[in-house]
This record gives sequence, structure tokens and C-alpha cells, in this order.
Amino acid sequence: MTHITLTLCTNGQVITRIHLQKEYNELRTSVLALKFKDGIMMAADTLASYGSLARFKSIQRLQPVGSSTVIGASGDMSDFQYIQTLLDELTVEEFTAGDHHELGPAEIHEYLSRVMYARRSKMNPLWNSILVGGVKDGKSFLAYVDLLGTTYSASTLATGYGAYIALPLLRKAVEGREHELTEEEARKIMEESMKVLFYRDARSLNKFQIATVKESGVTISDPIILETAWGFAEGIRGYGAQTQ
Amino acid sequence: MPDGSFASHPQERQFNPYSENGGTILAIAGADFSVIAGDTRQSEGYSIQTRYAPKVFRLTDRAVLAVNGFAADGNMFVKKVKQRLEWYRHAHAKDMPLKAIARLIQTMLYAQRFFPYYVYNILGGIEEDGSGAVYSFDPVGSYEREACRAAGAAQSLVQPFLDNQIYFKNQLAAPNQPHPVHLPLSDVLSIVIDSFTGATERHIEVGDGLEIYVVLAHGRSVQGLEGVPGVQELTTSGEGDRVFVIRRELKKD
Amino acid sequence: MFRNTYDSDNTVFSPQGRLHQVEYALEAVKQGSAAVGLRSKTHAILLALKRSTGELASYQQKMYRIDDHVGIAIAGLTSDARVLSNFMRQQAMSSRMVFNRPIPVNRLVSSIADKAQVNTQEYGRRPYGVGFLVIGGDKTGPHLYEFSPSGNSYEYYAMSIGARSQSAKTYLEKHYESFMDCNLEELIRHGLHALRETLQQDKELTINNTSIGIIGPVGAHEKTAHPDGPFRILEGEDIEVYLKSMTPKESAEGAPGTTTAADAPAGQTGPPPPTGDDDVQMAD
Repeated sequence: MTHITLTLCTNGQVITRIHLQKEYNELRTSVLALKFKDGIMMAADTLASYGSLARFKSIQRLQPVGSSTVIGASGDMSDFQYIQTLLDELTVEEFTAGDHHELGPAEIHEYLSRVMYARRSKMNPLWNSILVGGVKDGKSFLAYVDLLGTTYSASTLATGYGAYIALPLLRKAVEGREHELTEEEARKIMEESMKVLFYRDARSLNKFQIATVKESGVTISDPIILETAWGFAEGIRGYGAQTQ
Repeated sequence: MPDGSFASHPQERQFNPYSENGGTILAIAGADFSVIAGDTRQSEGYSIQTRYAPKVFRLTDRAVLAVNGFAADGNMFVKKVKQRLEWYRHAHAKDMPLKAIARLIQTMLYAQRFFPYYVYNILGGIEEDGSGAVYSFDPVGSYEREACRAAGAAQSLVQPFLDNQIYFKNQLAAPNQPHPVHLPLSDVLSIVIDSFTGATERHIEVGDGLEIYVVLAHGRSVQGLEGVPGVQELTTSGEGDRVFVIRRELKKD
Repeated sequence: MFRNTYDSDNTVFSPQGRLHQVEYALEAVKQGSAAVGLRSKTHAILLALKRSTGELASYQQKMYRIDDHVGIAIAGLTSDARVLSNFMRQQAMSSRMVFNRPIPVNRLVSSIADKAQVNTQEYGRRPYGVGFLVIGGDKTGPHLYEFSPSGNSYEYYAMSIGARSQSAKTYLEKHYESFMDCNLEELIRHGLHALRETLQQDKELTINNTSIGIIGPVGAHEKTAHPDGPFRILEGEDIEVYLKSMTPKESAEGAPGTTTAADAPAGQTGPPPPTGDDDVQMAD
């Protein structure tokens, strides 16, 4: 539940107060995405947290939109569900037109940008960071939009902590090789990055899905559970309570 | 919530509708040309969001707009300006003159005086009399015509350099050799490239790529552009002023 | 004054199941000077005959640019056309604002057809008194549509509307099968030949009374357009070269370059046959 008080000062400064009763679930963890030879790949874990509580552990955060686009969201869960209903209405409208002018990833991203920017301009943002990716007419597309309406496009993208932890790994593996990376190589890079994220991000889960979009369409994998080993933790010395 | 506290009393948190996305733009007017440039890095805090997000946009065959500040506002503002120019084309079957675009931008910015577009605009192009022009704006629409202007993250680095190189501030002219009023295009291009390589060295938010737009007055030769690698013409109609873009790499660290 | 009993209210059917107001609106389209549209694999073009009210008056605009990829030619009430074309421009801009894509031409035409339909059904309204030929280009190539005040819209290989448009239609029906493989210059020549059929006997096509609208790659005689071929309107001196390329009316009206005088059907060189859609006298 969110209550917003908006005060405008005569000097043009905007003072806003949002009273949050903290009764909402967050898709706090990262979404990762990259471009490869035949299209784009996106990954997100299946966790929705309630503060530090891992509240829902099997939430799908990757959503196909139409037949050539996938979106992945982090941030407020209810706001994302609202966005999903908007996109559902949109795709139904497109489908009923039935004239072979389906919306591609670029159009979906532009639409989402308008929605997000309009809501931020009303001082009532949809609290999400969203990645949009897809392939249409032989062109792959990957872009970001967030609660401010900020947008950008790149061959590797990440939201949340992924932008600090995984993005450098993704850039190193992908930048300049977008047109030669195979799907298998891309999947390996993704899995490795998700593993690093799980080790480093306390609010993440070792269960995630990978979405792939190629000219042939969208596929979203079943949840993948990572093999992890924490034995090394025993040997760590030098910080925290345990310094010996 | 990140702090992990779960007190039952309501919490207060501010929503800040603005962000700052770094980068730098500049424009320099010549006698019969205008040069408008910007880097292509988009950042937030210490993170590079993308290495290619254009900040300079062709509006017409004689007007180019550079926007810098909050990227979401900048992109929306450019989109709205372009739509206003399209309506002008519908009504008058010609492109809007540069000085009219400048005034249009001031009204559009001032309309948002109490919830401003957090954007610094620099408009460059060719006036109806064929002279090169640069207009610079503050976020709420105050504007003036100038010979050169830098804005954005590295404004404080670039503007003094331009003052020295374009306005010849702190330079003494040799006897009987007064400073030129306008520099030739090739000199201006060198100054632009030096400005950005310098800003890239000394400012973390500047780098990755450089886009230099050049607008030439109707009938002017391409002198100063020939031999420049990778020039691409963007002009849409055969006669009238012409627009070109030059792309360069900048350091990515 | 009234021709029919059931014609004062457009929402009331006549016993024959007709809406007379709608039919009168279609007559208003036929009062307007003619417009012709046709397309090939690569181009869609419009040709229109401009009218002036006298020696001292300028010629009425017949074509409007809607967006880079859409243009229209009108026949009927210019004022109604301005309302509808303004709506089309808004729709086109909204598509670019929200989705950053050029609006699909079929959807644009449907949107004005839907508007027109409302005027045939709601009390206290009147139908639009104007018809459009719409050309547009999208991923699926060039297109030509007709819009009429009845709320109908259809896609065509070639079409004509306005005064004496039946004569142009006859020409188009005879030649349309060859249009697909025409280059721009041949297509325009066909269009001009079709448009010429709508002229009154003592009139001819000139650089002043003819407009040509084009979508598709730039042609051999064009100097100023963008290579991608956005919608453009050619008028005045720019169209002289096309008018000169026409086959003189007396010798033949045929497919350019391929026909001889022998191909011309009998009677075509004489006065135009009575077709029944000459300017209609409304008041009896």
C-alpha cells in the first residue's frame, strides 16, 4: 500500500513523501540478458522476497509477449503483475487485428517506456526495472527500462546487483563477440553468471530460468537448480566476526 | 525493503523523479556551418549503463539538437520537439526555421517550469540568412544565441578550453594580425575532437564514443569535410542545407 | 426539393432498406474532381485533377501528406477532408509516439472508416461528404485503399474516385494486369492516361491542374526526394516530364510503348461515353 503526498514549492523544487506500509513483495534479485549469434538470452531466478524473507520461491519473472519478445522484471511484484495485464491487453488487441503487423521487441520496449515515464511523471511510479529482448525480421533487440523511464540498449544488460556483479563478467564474455557466440556458449556464460550472483547476492536463489528468443520463437526453460558448494566458506578468514 | 527492518509503523521514503546520466555535449558555430557533438556514454553513478546512447539528434536538414542531463527527460523532450516540427511541416509544407525552433524549445521548456525537464539543450544549425548558429538553453527555457557552448558533466573542463580556442580569451593577437571572427571547419573539427579526448581523460562520465554532426549552409562546398574518414550524409532533400555525421571512438575505461 | 421520402434522417432506413443520406454523401464524392490511384510491386501512386473556381482563383489542394509512409488524394468536400486528414495525422503520430513504428496503413484506413460508420448510424449526425484514395508503404509493400463516407474501405490494385471516375476505371480495368511490373515512370504514364479519361472534352492535363503523389523508391526524373522514397507530392514544373511522356490522345490510348492505334477500342477517341456518374443535379 502506498500513500503519496506531493508538495510543489514556488522555486520549482518538488518535494514528495511516499508513506510505505511495508506490505509488499519484491522481485529484488537481478535479471541478466545478453545477445548471441541467433538472438538473445535472458535469465532470472524464481524468488520473490518479502523484505529479507524469501517469501515465494517459485515465481516466474520471465514473460513472453507476443511471439518474438520476452521481458524480465525486478522490483515490485504487484506492479509487475499490473504491467503483465497491460501487455496481455495489448497482445490480445494485436492478435484480433490479425493483419501480420505484430508488435516486436522494439515496439514493446517503446510502449513500456511510455508507460513507465508517464507514471514517474505523475509521481506514482511502477517500481520496476525491466529488460526487454527479442528477435524480429532478422534483428535482435535488447533494452532496459526502469521506474524513471530511463532507457538504454546494449549487447549485455543486468538489473539490480547483477549490474555490479554479473555485468562485468557478461561484458568480458560477450562484447565484440555478439555475432559469433553460439547458444551453448551463451547458456554457459549465463549459468556461470547466475552462479556467481547466487554466491554473492544474499537475496537471490539458486533456482532460475533461462529464456531464449530466436527467429523461431520464444522458449523459457524449466527451472534450473544450480549445484553449489559452500565448503570453501570454512576456510575464509580475515573479515566479519571470525578473524582468526 | 533493503534495510530489512519490519517495524509496523509506516515508513517514509522519497521518490526522486530525476536522475543524472552523465556525458557531455558541445556546439560551435562557423561563418557558414555549425558543428554539434556529444559523447555516447550513458551512466548512473559509477555504472556505465551503455556505451552507445545518442545525445545528438538531427531535427531537420538545417537543425541539430543535443540534449544532456536526465536521459529519460532528454529522449522524451526530443520526441516532443520532433512531433511539433512534424505538425509544422503538415501546416506549412516546409521545415521550421532555426530561430523558430529555438523559440519553440524555450516555450516547451518553460511550460514545464514547475516540473522541469532536467535537460540542458544545445541547438545548432543554419539560420535563414545562411549563417551558422548555436543556441544554448537552461532546463527551464532561458536561452541565447552564441558562437560556442559546452554543457553536461564536463562543461567545466570543456567550456574554458573553448573560450580560449574559439573566443581567443587570454590570447594576445600578434601585431597587425587580429584574431579571426570565425574559424575554418577543419580547425573546428580538431578542437571538437580534442575537447572530447581531453574530457574523456579527466572525467569518468565521458567516453566510449563520439558523434559529431556538421551542418553546412546551402551552396557551401564540403571543404573541411573531404578526406575526413567515415563521414555520413543525413540530408533528406536535394537542395538546401546539408547535414553530416562523423563517428569516432573514445576511450572506454 | 426532396427526391425521396426517407431521406431527411440518416438513421432511418427506407422501405427498400437504403440509407438515403449515405447515398447522397456518396454523390458528394462524385461532385469532386477525379483522383486515380494505382500500384506496382515497388510503388503506389496517386494522380488527381485540381479544380479552380475561375481564372483569378488558385487550384484546390487535392493531396495531403499524412506521414512519411502515407498520403491521400481526396474527392468531395475539402473541409471534411481536412478534418479526417488531421485525424489520420494524429493517429500516425500517436503510433510513432507510443510504439515508435509507422502506423500500419490498413489500420489507419480502418480507423477513419470506423469514424465514418458512426455518422451513418447515430442520430443528429451527417456522413462525411468526402472520399479518399490512400496510398501507403509498409513491410508488406506498397498499398492502395479506397475510403468512402459509407464507412467502407477496400484495398485495390487500381482505383478512381470523383467526377467521371468511371471512365478512368474503365482504363484501369483494361490495363491493371500490367501495372505490377511497371517502373515508376510507366506507372505514372498509366495513371495520367486514366486521369485524362475523366476530363471534359475541351480540357487537358497541365502542370497546373495535375498532382502526383508517390510512395516508393525515387524515380529517374526526381531530383529532390530521399532515396528511401517517403510520400511526396509532385506539382508544377516537376511533372512536366511525365505529361510530355503521355501518348497523344488522338493517336492512341494504350499501354505505353506497347500499343498501337489499332489497339484503341472504337469510340474511345470520340466524346466520352455517357456513364451515368456525371455531375449529379440534386434538386429536381
